[in-house]
Amino acid sequence: MSKIEKWLEKNTFHHGEFWDILAMIKEKEKKGLTISLCIPTLNEEKTIGKEIVIFKSELMDRYPLIDEFAVIDSGSTDRTCEVAAQFGADVYLSKDILPSQGFKRGKGENLWKAIYQLKGDIICYVDADIKNIHPRFVTGLVGPLIAHDSTQYVKAFYDRPLAFSQGIRPSGGGRVTEILVRPLFSLFFPELTALIQPLSGEYAVRREVLEQIPFPIGYGVETSHLMDVYMKYGLDAFAQTDLDQRVHRNQSTLDLGKMSFGILQSFLNRMEAYGHVDKLPEMSNIFRQFQAEGNRYEQTLKEIIEEERPPMITLPEYRKRFGRTAPNA
Amino acid sequence: MSPSPDIETLQGEVRGFRERLIELREILLANVIMCGEVPSPAFHEQALINFLRDRFTESSLQNISTDEAQNVTGILPGTEGKRNILVSAHVDKIWDKSIDHSVTVAEDRLTGPGVADNSLGVATVASLPLILNRLGIELKSNLILLGSTRSMGRGDLGGLRFFVENTKAPIHTAVCVEGIQLGRLSYSSLGMIRLEIRLFTPERMDWADADTTGAIVELHGVIDRILRIRTPQQPETSIILGSIIAGNAFNTPPTQATLRLEVRSLQPGMVAEILQQIEEIVAEVNAENRARAEIRVIARRRPGGIAFNHPLVRAARSIMGALDIKAKVAPSTGELSALADKGIPCLTLGVTKGEKKHEIDETVFVEPIFKGIAQIIGVIQAIDGGLCDE
Repeated sequence: MSKIEKWLEKNTFHHGEFWDILAMIKEKEKKGLTISLCIPTLNEEKTIGKEIVIFKSELMDRYPLIDEFAVIDSGSTDRTCEVAAQFGADVYLSKDILPSQGFKRGKGENLWKAIYQLKGDIICYVDADIKNIHPRFVTGLVGPLIAHDSTQYVKAFYDRPLAFSQGIRPSGGGRVTEILVRPLFSLFFPELTALIQPLSGEYAVRREVLEQIPFPIGYGVETSHLMDVYMKYGLDAFAQTDLDQRVHRNQSTLDLGKMSFGILQSFLNRMEAYGHVDKLPEMSNIFRQFQAEGNRYEQTLKEIIEEERPPMITLPEYRKRFGRTAPNA
Repeated sequence: MSPSPDIETLQGEVRGFRERLIELREILLANVIMCGEVPSPAFHEQALINFLRDRFTESSLQNISTDEAQNVTGILPGTEGKRNILVSAHVDKIWDKSIDHSVTVAEDRLTGPGVADNSLGVATVASLPLILNRLGIELKSNLILLGSTRSMGRGDLGGLRFFVENTKAPIHTAVCVEGIQLGRLSYSSLGMIRLEIRLFTPERMDWADADTTGAIVELHGVIDRILRIRTPQQPETSIILGSIIAGNAFNTPPTQATLRLEVRSLQPGMVAEILQQIEEIVAEVNAENRARAEIRVIARRRPGGIAFNHPLVRAARSIMGALDIKAKVAPSTGELSALADKGIPCLTLGVTKGEKKHEIDETVFVEPIFKGIAQIIGVIQAIDGGLCDE
């Protein structure tokens, strides 16, 4: 069994494994852990109300799994902050937190400032644009951290298509994941391809890890987190949980282009920081994708070798046939 | 035995409930959202029944069970347990499972298909044990909570009927909970019948004007004759033409047309009399031989219920008065009639104000919910205290 296969077997969960909230609370109290939930927002008045109501009811009022529940807003111009406050969330404006550091507009900024503002040992981040919000979006992510002391960073992925015709189905992430991030990881960080949806906006992380890593403020935050945590702690620090379906608005190809541009910037910055730019590490020829069968996920490996042919003019046969002279002759 | 409170004491108490219920706002709304996002068309209510059963289990109710009609029940035992009070909400919604059941939450309202009819009603029943607990109310009577199935349309109150036919626990008094409208006070049920009339005309007609007539024209004749049926104004009687389904194109006369209608009356026997006249109209069409007509009874209710001066109605009006809820008396064609048929004194109450009932953006307002629930608790206490006995 390869390392990735072993990791998939051991560190990939389904949210159903963490249904017993009371048991989780007991374990959390036994270990003396506190959990903060952070929702970064920018103009999400349509979906934020429901997230707050569901999380507050199910994870604070009924079962005290979450100790603190905050919305960190980048300056919404709609009623996001009012709606969130109405239903009992603590609402902070990103620009009011750590004013000495100034204010940058971007989701990563909110996530970063959350580390300063919130007090929990574990911070769980959930995006605000989820239409089918459910307590599993939190329980599934904090569950592995409560249960396993060695786990540092738990990432969400979403599978479970409503209809598929055969037993085995293709699985994986969105378009930017499959077109940009998975090929990059396959080339330079093959182990990170074990994460089925590296760009998902839902994850729970221990404070000791969050305080140690830089935060790109824009689109690159998820990608660079994975690279930095991997370089510092290795693959075993990660876990991932299947949260079933996530319904959200679809983005246009132009928006995905912007996102990819941001991700590439962060990726190349990291490569520079690790000293990989002048001296690229050996590139792998194996491209790694996912397929799923029931609850089992496995990688499909495909060797893709991009061989090269020299310029035609360097061939004597060619020069003879067309009466050309050699380029440097 | 603790002394029974009088109605004035209760009136004073319920006024204080509202503030304390607001503390449970997120729990209540989360239940509405979760009930709202589970599709639950009549005959396919399993998922919502499971949700409600889980809530009953979490509240440590006793005898939690699902019966042959898929109804779910749970009992909150009373300190004396001498009588059983039933609180029910129908779990079926008019919406097919294929439509998007997302609920949207704004500062003052919840919007989504079925939030008013009847996700809020179901959520209220789901939350009742917790609410009673937080308000520190211990009932002497057993409280039977019921999520009833198959109530709407072709379901024809099938779930609740099965329950009242087969329950081993005699029901003393019942309260049916509907999401809207706050102020609704139903205690009597109309005699009612729902009919579907279908007309078929031949594919090719063999007379000269065949290209201009068709099932629509024939149906028009039937409607014309139905509208000529004389109905008394007192007691209130009406024939409601609810739906016509016929045709697809601009220029092709259809060969089929369907009319759905409801006849309702407070006068015993009147509905049957009108049904007979409609059946004669249908027979006449068949005799004329231009079209074939069929009539089917989809649902039927007998008139029944209790009188305006019944102590249950009086107590409910006092409680509503104490909360500044303007009572609007309206006879019901819903759950109440299944209970009235069995001679069980019963009320239907609404939880909050809402709008766009049965539209995709059905809406309930958050703020009046607390008053609406205070009202339901007050009525349950009045029943429990013996204030509603005849």
